[in-house]
Amino acid sequence: MPHTLAVHTHQAVCLITLQRPQALNALTSELLAELAEQLQRCASDDSIGAVVLTGSRKAFAAGADLNEMAGRDLVGMLNDPRQAHWQTITQFAKPLIAAVNGYALGAGCELAMHADILIAGEDAQFGQPEINLGIMPGAGGTQRLLRAVGKSLAMQMVLSGEPISARRALEAGLVSEITPPELTVERALQIAQRIASKAPLALRLAKEALLKAQDLDLASGLRFERHAFTLLAGTADRNEGIRAFQEKRRASFCGK
Amino acid sequence: MSFEHILFSIDAGVALLSLNRPEQLNSFNGRMHEEVQEALRLVRRSDDVRVLLLTAEGRGFCAGQDLADRNVVPGAEAPDLGESIERYYNPLVHTLRDLPIPVICAVNGVAAGAGANIPLACDLVLAARSASFIQAFCKIGLIPDSGGTYALPRLVGMARAKALAMLGERLSAEQAEQWGLIYRCVEDAELRDEAIKLARHLATQPTYGLGLIKRSLHASLDNSFEQQLTLERDLQRLAGRSEDYREGVSAFMAKRTAQFKGR
Repeated sequence: MPHTLAVHTHQAVCLITLQRPQALNALTSELLAELAEQLQRCASDDSIGAVVLTGSRKAFAAGADLNEMAGRDLVGMLNDPRQAHWQTITQFAKPLIAAVNGYALGAGCELAMHADILIAGEDAQFGQPEINLGIMPGAGGTQRLLRAVGKSLAMQMVLSGEPISARRALEAGLVSEITPPELTVERALQIAQRIASKAPLALRLAKEALLKAQDLDLASGLRFERHAFTLLAGTADRNEGIRAFQEKRRASFCGK
Repeated sequence: MSFEHILFSIDAGVALLSLNRPEQLNSFNGRMHEEVQEALRLVRRSDDVRVLLLTAEGRGFCAGQDLADRNVVPGAEAPDLGESIERYYNPLVHTLRDLPIPVICAVNGVAAGAGANIPLACDLVLAARSASFIQAFCKIGLIPDSGGTYALPRLVGMARAKALAMLGERLSAEQAEQWGLIYRCVEDAELRDEAIKLARHLATQPTYGLGLIKRSLHASLDNSFEQQLTLERDLQRLAGRSEDYREGVSAFMAKRTAQFKGR
């Protein structure tokens, strides 16, 4: 069993809760490794349709583990094992929803931005305070943040280290919904359940196509989308989905 | 921390915080700010407090910032008034507004400057008939702070808000009641008793639910209709899980008086 996470499965949704309350869920290498491992497990488990990732009421994750980082010199950083864990999290192909309460700072903010959908409690705070320590974001903070909130706000956050509120994050497009903090996880699970009832292959290709939109030029993105769309024509779930719609009944997908 | 400029007590679910610099009409200096902040920290931390009652000693309620404490020397560099707002006044009105319990304010006398706006961050405001509200800021070249420019147009409408803020005239408690700035105006001699009676009553009520009511009404000032309906759904979901809701329903069914615990 993992040490730094709690893992619960509700029907087709896996809820992963970061659990290092004493350190506001600071992301140690161990935690990242366990998270990557759990996501890999979810990826290969056909009964899991979507994953919700959350922290505590007080902190989603307040950053990386500074003691650990301080111990690494240049060579240590070059060989940083965390990079592999981040890769695994990035490559997770099923829908990943982050339910963020309290602090999502530094690596915690970067982890939240790895999720496909962000739901935030009203008192959540997002920030990249690395600059205050003489360093900078190193797990996507300068890239995903800029794509999510635009240049000026991303620059302001990364260069000043000042966090933004949940409401501001909603306005800027970093999160899609805010809820009372007591309901953040519940709302994320609700969305995840709904998503998990859809055809798995369609979800996977749709997620991939949406992520391509961030990296590719429009023509290439459209080409990818068309290929993915065409691929789905070869799946049993597409036939089932269309037939169920025509017959006005609920579709029952098999993932093939 | 022992208090010098405020009185603070907790009794039967009611926290009583009374400003106590009567000679200076309870105007704020740094020390009084620190003490109020500390008292509010105690309120936030206590599970026993279900209502906060804010009032003041002597003939005035609060004259805002103690200008003697500001020390503006002619010719010297301009003071950063934003700093004291960020450090004291904004956290104060934020806390009053965000406390998840009812906050009652009993305005016992003249309320001027920030002292006129602090009550507006409270939930239920009673005022003594001889009390008055003065947006004195405009007389010294300042703007109404402590949430004044937010609360005034929402409470009394833009036309009256502008007149109050730009003329800085004395608004009597009666007029304040008629304009909807405060909940109720009562006789001077009855103010303290009325306020305590109200506080004690609320402290026996389902205060968790009252906190949610407060939260939803505050949000309604900024939300669209759609957002507000969503919030009502969410907060009702929370309310429905409270012990007090169960108690309320079962007491109603059994035709007995409910015993609410505020959770």
